Amino acid sequence: MSDSITERSLTEQLRDLEAGQYSSRELTEAYLQKIASASDINAYITVSSEQAIESADLADQRRASGDSAPLLGIPIAHKDIFCEKGVKTSAGSKMLDNFVSPYDSTVVSKLKEAGVVSLGKTNMDEFAMGSSNEASFYGPVRNPWNHDRVPGGSSGGSAAAVAASLCSAATGTDTGGSIRQPAAFCGITGLKPTYGRVSRWGMIAYASSLDQAGPMARSADDCALLLTHMAGQDHRDSTSSSVEAEDYSSALTSDLSGLKIGICTEFMDGVDSAVADILDQTRQSLEALGANFSEISLPNTHLAIPAYYIIAPAECSANLSRYDGVRFGYRCEGPENLEDLYKRSRSESFGREVKNRIMVGAFALSAGYYDAYYKKAQQIRRLIKQDFEEAFASVDMILGPTTPGPAFALGDKLDDAKAMYLQDIYTISANLAGLPALSMPAGTEDAMPIGAQLIGNYFQEANILRTAHQYQQVTDWHKRRPEKGETA
Amino acid sequence: MADEVTVTEEVVKDVAELAQLKVAEGDLEVLTAGMKTILELAEQMQSVDTTGVNPVSNPLDATQRLRADEVTESDQHELYQSVAPETEDGLYLVPRVVE
Amino acid sequence: MSAQWETVIGLEIHVQLSTDSKIFSGASTAFGAQPNTQASAVDLGLPGVLPVVNEAVFPKAVSFGLAIGADIGQRSCFDRKNYFYPDLPKGYQITQMDEPIVMGGSVDINLKDGSTKTIRITRAHLEEDAGKSLHEDFHGMTGIDLNRAGTPLLEIVSEPDMRSAEEAVAYARTIHQLVTYLSVSDGNMAEGSLRCDANVSLRKRGEETYGTRTETKNVNSFRFLEQAIKHEITRQREILESGGRVAQETRLYDPDKNETRPMRSKETATDYRYFPEPDLLPVTIDEAFINRVRDRMPELPGQKKQRYTEMWQLSDEDAGLISSDLGLATYFEECVSATDDPTLSANWVRGDLLAALNRAELAIEESPVSAENLGQIIRRIKDGTISGKIAKTVFAGLWEGKASSADEYIEVEGLIQVSDSDALEPVIDKIIADNPKQVEQYQAGKTKLLGFFVGQIMKETGGKANPQQVNDLVKSKLD
Repeated sequence: MSDSITERSLTEQLRDLEAGQYSSRELTEAYLQKIASASDINAYITVSSEQAIESADLADQRRASGDSAPLLGIPIAHKDIFCEKGVKTSAGSKMLDNFVSPYDSTVVSKLKEAGVVSLGKTNMDEFAMGSSNEASFYGPVRNPWNHDRVPGGSSGGSAAAVAASLCSAATGTDTGGSIRQPAAFCGITGLKPTYGRVSRWGMIAYASSLDQAGPMARSADDCALLLTHMAGQDHRDSTSSSVEAEDYSSALTSDLSGLKIGICTEFMDGVDSAVADILDQTRQSLEALGANFSEISLPNTHLAIPAYYIIAPAECSANLSRYDGVRFGYRCEGPENLEDLYKRSRSESFGREVKNRIMVGAFALSAGYYDAYYKKAQQIRRLIKQDFEEAFASVDMILGPTTPGPAFALGDKLDDAKAMYLQDIYTISANLAGLPALSMPAGTEDAMPIGAQLIGNYFQEANILRTAHQYQQVTDWHKRRPEKGETA
Repeated sequence: MADEVTVTEEVVKDVAELAQLKVAEGDLEVLTAGMKTILELAEQMQSVDTTGVNPVSNPLDATQRLRADEVTESDQHELYQSVAPETEDGLYLVPRVVE
Repeated sequence: MSAQWETVIGLEIHVQLSTDSKIFSGASTAFGAQPNTQASAVDLGLPGVLPVVNEAVFPKAVSFGLAIGADIGQRSCFDRKNYFYPDLPKGYQITQMDEPIVMGGSVDINLKDGSTKTIRITRAHLEEDAGKSLHEDFHGMTGIDLNRAGTPLLEIVSEPDMRSAEEAVAYARTIHQLVTYLSVSDGNMAEGSLRCDANVSLRKRGEETYGTRTETKNVNSFRFLEQAIKHEITRQREILESGGRVAQETRLYDPDKNETRPMRSKETATDYRYFPEPDLLPVTIDEAFINRVRDRMPELPGQKKQRYTEMWQLSDEDAGLISSDLGLATYFEECVSATDDPTLSANWVRGDLLAALNRAELAIEESPVSAENLGQIIRRIKDGTISGKIAKTVFAGLWEGKASSADEYIEVEGLIQVSDSDALEPVIDKIIADNPKQVEQYQAGKTKLLGFFVGQIMKETGGKANPQQVNDLVKSKLD
C-alpha cells in the first residue's frame, strides 16, 4: 500500500487524510522509506526523518482534535536554499555545509503554518547556479526517468523528488528557469510566480532581482494548493508585492473559452522537431478547450541570455560577498592573515561555476565596464519587458517550449558551459520581465518528458494554473511516472 | 565603451582580487575561459542601441514600503554565534587587522 | 602657513541619525550594549536575510536638506558599495550613489574676525554604518562587534570650499549645531554620532587646479579635526617644498602622537563597483511629504538669534551665544517663560549657569539646576523674597543638590529677606549702639559711612535683610 499512497496527488492525499484512510505518520514513513531506497537518485541533501515523524504525529493529533489547517500532515520537501530553523541549509555548497539555520524562511514558516511536514532539504546546483544539478557539492542528482540523465537545475533535487514520489510536492526557486527546466526534464508541473509574489526572506540569494520561489508538484492543482500557502506580501521582503494573493485552487475549474494564447515565433526557432510536434499537440488540446491562438513576436528574445548572464552574475558577486569565513560558514584552516582568511575560505569552498559567475559579475560592475555591461543589460531588460507588455496587449498568455529538448546525459554539457547556458533560452525572459510562468508535462521524446511553458501577465498565476489544470483534465502526461529509472 | 573585451590573465587576477578569490596558477586558465564564455555571450548586447532606455532594476517598477522605527529584534547573539567559526566574549574573531 | 601655499579642504561628515532602530533592521541603536547583542540577523548579513527601510530616516534627511536650501530627490535610491572588511558583514555597504536624498545647498559659517563665509554642500545621502574592530589582543586576533552595523547615517559631503583648519572646524561646528537643532542627530561626538573625513590638498596661491589630496578618516572631535588638518597641511607643505609629490591616499589621525599616517587596510584601495541595491526599491518623496516635514521643522539658530535680539532686546553677543546651542537656547527659553524676564534670564544663563557648567565640565542637559529652578530663583529676586546676593547662595545650594527647589531651599535655610521694620529695628539699634565712633563721624558729615552701617546690619542678619529698607531705616535714625 505504501507505494500507492506516495504516488497519490497532494489533493488526493489531503482527502485521504481527512477521511482517515491513512495517517500523516504512515504517509511520512512511506516517503522516508522510499527516500532511503532511492538514495541513488541523490535528491536530498538532508533527510529530517525524526523531525518529520514528530511533526507527522503532531499533525495527526491536530487532525484528531478537529484542526483543519489546509495542508495538515502533507509531507513535502524544501529546496536546500530555504532556511529552516535548526536544519542544515547548505544551498548545495561546501561553504554552508556546516550552516544550521537560526531561523525559518517565510516560505518554510508559511507552509509550516499550513500544516505541512518537512521531509528534508533537496539537492540543488550550488547557490542555484546551474541547469543540470551537476554543480552541487553533494554530487549530481539523477533523473528518475533515466539515471544517466540530468534532472535539470538548479531545483533538480526537488524535481526528481516529486517525479520519483519521494515527497508529495516540493518548493523550488527560479532565477533563470530553475523551477521550470527541471520540472520539464522530470515530467512534473512547476510554477515560477510573478517576481514579488512569494517572499524571498530566508531564501538564500543568488540574483535578488530575478529570484523567485514557487511550487513543484505532480499537477497544476497541487501547485495551486501549495502556492496559495506560499504567496503573499511579507513585511520582511521589500520587494514582495502588495497585490493581494489569491486562493489559487478556487479558480481552476472555469473553462478556457475565449482565452487568447499567443505562440511566440522567436521561441519556435531552435527547438527540435519532437518538441515542435508536442507544442502543436498542446495547442490543439487547448484549442479544443476553447482557447484561441495567434502568433506574437518577442523580438528581443535573443538578448535574454546575454543580459541574464551579466545581471545575475553581477548581483551574485555582491550577494556572495557575505560568505567570508567570519560569522558563519566555511573557514579555511589556519589563516595567515585576513586576506588569506577571505581568499582561502571562499576559494576552498565555492565550486567552479560559482567562482566563474562571481568573477564575471565583479568584472561587469568594475570601473570602466559598468555602462557597457551592467547598465546595458538592465536596459535590454527594459526592452524585453516592453516586448511582453506589447504581446499582452493582444493575448492573455504565451505558449512555448520550456527547454530546447529532453534531459541531456550527465556530463554531456559539463565541458561546454555555453551549451549549458543556452538550456535556459526559453525560460530566462520571464525572469528578466518578472512574469509568472509554468512548465507542465506535454509529451515525451526518447521516453523522456518534454515540458510546455505558459507565460502569463503579471499576477496572472490563477489564470496560468487554470489553463494548465484544464489541459491536465483532458491529457494524462502529468500522471505518467518514471518506471524504475534504470540506467540504460 | 568597451568594444572588445580581452580577458587576459592579468584581468582575471585583478578581478579575483576584487572578489577576494585565490587564483592558483592552475586555475587561471579555467577561470579565464569561464569568464570569456560569458563575456562573449554578452557581446551580443552591444549590437543593440539602448540610448535613452531606462534601465530596469526591479521588474515590477514598484516603490519602497517603509518600516516603522521600532525595535523589534531581541538579543540572539548566542544563537547567531552558534554557527560562527570563532568567537570570544561575544566578539567574532578574525586574524589581526592592521588599520 | 607660508604665503606661497593655499590650503583646500572639503569635509565628509557622517552624522548618526537619532532613531530607535537601525536603518534596515529592527535592532536597537542604543549606545554601549554588550558586543553583538544588538546585531540582528540582517545586521550580521546571515544567508537569506533582507533589508527593510526605517521610515524615520527620511524626515530627518529631508529636514536637513530643507535647512541648507538643497534640492530633495523625488526618487531616492539605494546602491551597494562593494568591499571586503570584517566590520562590513555583507561585503557591501548599502548607501546612495546616483540618486541621493539631498542635493546641493549651503551653510554660512561664522569666522573669528566676525565675517561669514558660505560653504557649499555637494550632497547628503543615507547609508548604513559599519561595525567596530577591536584590536585588543585576542591571542593575536581582532574582535568584531557588529552592534553599530546598520546604524543610520547621513553622510554630508561639502565642496572643497574651506581654506584653513579653522574654517573646517567652523563648518563642522555649524553642521553639528544644525543637526542637533533639527533633532536629526543627538550630536554626541564621544559616542561617534558625528565623524569627519577631511580631504586636504595644497596648491600654489593663484592656481586654479587642485593639488593631490589626502583623505584623513574618522576624526571624531573638533579639536582632533583641527589638529589633524594642521598636521596634514604641514606634512604636505614639507613634501611639496622639498620638491616631492603628495600621494593620493587615505590616512588616519592618531591623537596620541598628533600625526596622520597612511591607512593600510583593504578598506581603502578598491574599486567599489556601485550598483543599484536590488533588495530595495526606490523611495518616493513627494511634495506633500516635503511640506509636512517643513511644517514641523523647528526654529533654526539664525532665526532664534534674530528673535532674541528683536523681541527680547538681547545683545547680539548674548543672543548669538545662547542660540548657538539648542540645549542652552531651550533652557533659556524655559527660564524666560518662567520669569517673563529675558534680560535677567540671559544674565543668569550666560553668567552663573555657564560658569558653573564650565567648571564642572557638564553639558547643559546635565545641569543640576533645572531651568524651572533657575526661573524660580529669578522670580524670587524680582518679588523681593531674596536679594541678588542670596540668589547666588540659593543657586549654589541647588547646584549641590541640597534641595529640590529654590523655594524649598530658601525656606529651609531661612533665607527669606527680612523686610519687617519691627524685626530690623533692634538689630539697627544694636549696631548703632556698638559703633559710637562711626555714628559721631557720620553725623559730622562723613555720610559715606552709611554703607558701613548697612554692611554691618546685613552681616548681622546673615544677608537676609532687604538692603534698601536697611538703608532707609539707618538713615532715618542717624539723620
